Amino acid sequence: MNAVNSIGVARPRIEGQAKVTGRARYAADKPMRDLAFGSVVVSTVARGRIRDIDVAAVKGMPGVLGVIDYRNAPRLNPEAGHFFGPDGGLQLLQDDVIPFAGRAVALVVAETLEQAKAAADTLPVTYDQEPHDTGFTADHPNARPAAPLFDGPEDIGDLEAELAASAVVVDERYHTPEEHCSAMEPHSATAWWEGERLQAIDSNQGPFFIATVLATLFSLGFEQVRVRTEHVGGGFGSKGMCGPQLVLATMGATLFRRPVRVTLTRDQVFLMTAMRPATEQPIRLGADADGRLRAIQHEPAFELSPLAEYIEGCTEPTKTLYAAPAIRTRNTAVPLDILPPYSMRGPGAAPGSFALESAMDELAERLGLDPLELRLRNEPAVGPVSGLPFSSRNLVACLRTGAERFGWATRDHRPRTRREGHLLVGTGMAATSFSVGAFPSVASITAEVDGTFTVIIAATDLGTGARTALTAIAADALAIDTERVRLRISDSELGPAWSAGGSRGTTSWAWAITEAAAQLRDQPRDPSRRVTVTVDTTQLLNDLPSMERHAYSAVFTEVTVDPATGEVRVRRLLGMFAVGQVVNPLTARSQVIGGMIGGLSMALHEEGVRDQVSGRHVNADFAGYHIAAHADVPDIEADFVPDYEPGIPFGIKGAGEIGNVGTAAAIANAVWHATGKRQRRLPIRLDRVVE
Amino acid sequence: MTDDTHGEIVLRVNDVTHRLLVDNRTTLLDALREGIGHTGSKKGCDRGQCGACTVLCDGRRVVSCLTLAVAAEGAEITTIEGLAGDGELRPIQREFVRLDGFQCGYCTSGQLCSAVGMLAEHAAGWPSAVTADVSPDAPAPELDAAEVRERMSGNLCRCGAYPSIVRAVLSAAREEVAG
Ligand code: FES
Ligand code: FES
Repeated sequence: MNAVNSIGVARPRIEGQAKVTGRARYAADKPMRDLAFGSVVVSTVARGRIRDIDVAAVKGMPGVLGVIDYRNAPRLNPEAGHFFGPDGGLQLLQDDVIPFAGRAVALVVAETLEQAKAAADTLPVTYDQEPHDTGFTADHPNARPAAPLFDGPEDIGDLEAELAASAVVVDERYHTPEEHCSAMEPHSATAWWEGERLQAIDSNQGPFFIATVLATLFSLGFEQVRVRTEHVGGGFGSKGMCGPQLVLATMGATLFRRPVRVTLTRDQVFLMTAMRPATEQPIRLGADADGRLRAIQHEPAFELSPLAEYIEGCTEPTKTLYAAPAIRTRNTAVPLDILPPYSMRGPGAAPGSFALESAMDELAERLGLDPLELRLRNEPAVGPVSGLPFSSRNLVACLRTGAERFGWATRDHRPRTRREGHLLVGTGMAATSFSVGAFPSVASITAEVDGTFTVIIAATDLGTGARTALTAIAADALAIDTERVRLRISDSELGPAWSAGGSRGTTSWAWAITEAAAQLRDQPRDPSRRVTVTVDTTQLLNDLPSMERHAYSAVFTEVTVDPATGEVRVRRLLGMFAVGQVVNPLTARSQVIGGMIGGLSMALHEEGVRDQVSGRHVNADFAGYHIAAHADVPDIEADFVPDYEPGIPFGIKGAGEIGNVGTAAAIANAVWHATGKRQRRLPIRLDRVVE
Repeated sequence: MTDDTHGEIVLRVNDVTHRLLVDNRTTLLDALREGIGHTGSKKGCDRGQCGACTVLCDGRRVVSCLTLAVAAEGAEITTIEGLAGDGELRPIQREFVRLDGFQCGYCTSGQLCSAVGMLAEHAAGWPSAVTADVSPDAPAPELDAAEVRERMSGNLCRCGAYPSIVRAVLSAAREEVAG
């Protein structure tokens, strides 16, 4: 045995060599005999019915094996769904109804990619169009309370009385557009049958969960379905569900009885896979003259599709970041004829914190107070709404250390005071939180006779560094070197496990691994025999005391603004994070920096534009939907304050989403500081800044 | 079965000659991936907007999704699979691993091929949009972070590995160009 700790050591990724030499295989990369290719045809109208699909027009084209549409597709189970109940988004090719532009209407299967694509491009589809509604606004006549599955409404204290007693009130409205996860790997699935067993290689965030959904959808027993997902080219939420590529590839394999690969085109990734819904967020903040908050009211609206329930939980940070005697939150859903929205990196908290932290900056301005000081003055002792104790709350450490490293103390808080040549310069900050926790998972560890340990868990590594982190965790839990750990992940056969999502992947998996290791170490060992221990954490998690458990960060930024062109450039970006014990500082830093870049991109670039006349998404590619590129991104500083989550093995918290949260508000606040003009609508486009 | 729609072509990839029958519409990217089995080059958009498919043709970077396979005949093509010499990582690959110049790794082969091509362009004295002095007799611009960012901007990375990619490129630059 060896007592050298692996947790806390910066190590390059285990799969690093494979990734820099092109050997790492992603879903579309696996060579396969007798493979056929499916090309998806999507609806061009936003609402209506299919009048005709002229299959005869493509049947004779070279290589075409056939077309699947609602007339011959396998019947799907309407009960199948994801986290929020039955999901109509899964019900592809089941009827002639068009619920949104971009809905799959047919799959053309052919011998080669080129032949499938040519036939799909040719396939004549006609529609009987019906009037659609894609115009999102908070006071839409169909607006209704969001489903209270989480981030439900809260109302503590006497809001109106506290607002009336406030020396200063901020009453503003913030807007964020549709945003797209845009993982670089388009969704791809290959499905085939081996006897009675459905096999799939798919790009997703959790093979176990996806396999259960797929089995339900096709009315198969769970043991009849196997989903593997070795390397995933990013997910950011969009691969958390059973994707259209997998549903359609399964249909193809079922009808044509050979392996079928369906890879979405980039525009289809935009049109068919999860996006963040647009939000409109009225906020009222009331405070005493010394900056102490009296009232927080945050009542956002978001859009969704009648096909699937969803909650963009924008008010999660609002309930926990600051103390106030009166807090009221309520989420409103507006059903529209759009692609069903779903979680995107930092769901809820990313748009929600843009609104809250922009409003806090406006409050500081009106109070004539340092925005940093305003945060420090409103630090709560217990959960402001829940009354529960905080498990660990190191926001103040993030704020103070961040401010010191950034050089915040010398800031002149008045706007439009710094110029460099023709450029206006400003700085801004934001504080954030993101909830942490764990979900039940099963891990097993086998002590091999050669002295190595095989660790098995249906985890996935989307680029988060999970493989490397879990190896270090297993090594420490077993008190051995990482060289003796063999980790197997990415396969639904490995047992139930939470997906990579909600910043709960690593925590959930680590918990199961740690517990299995502890039980294995407790066993009397005969080194000449293999011993396996399997652990399910369901009960353990139930025993975890209810507390306010969150990761925290403080983000500081400096921007330049060219008033003649409206161009905003981020010159400095610094984030201090409290994310529990850091398992691997190298990859964790990459992860939070990547999140901050996502936030920068959200602040300045990203906007899904919908043409209200056609109801279609008009910028469904990387030319029209810009995501931050090299030249948009400065060197970024990110670091961690000491933090440890009590009750969770090794004190870890998730770090997947927190990086994404907060950056947009910090940048918007910096743009105000530079120009004197508030940016309450994202993205901060040139036309919104130019003077 | 060479006919109006298909043709037999010869591609030189990583110093190996491949004879293959391709649909005339086949892109170089699909010929590499589906025809030759070199799946290291990735398809991020298939329309020249992301750089994931970047390979080197006669040492110059091209987006292989916008290059027809039939048009690549006669070129010396280098893909990610051919970047490393005999088993050893080359400096830029080594620095990507050491400095964590990727997360999911999907853009990585494109970033690496692009970086190799870009360093050669820079060494040959090509200016970029951020080069201060672009007059014909100006000395080669110094390769700093701003130059690397500008020259690598055709390679998108949604994981946001940009800062460490830039560090890795700068750190490997001297060795790459010398070697
Ligand atoms: S796949 Fe070629 S540039 Fe995107
Ligand atoms: S490493 Fe994931 S897209 Fe670049």
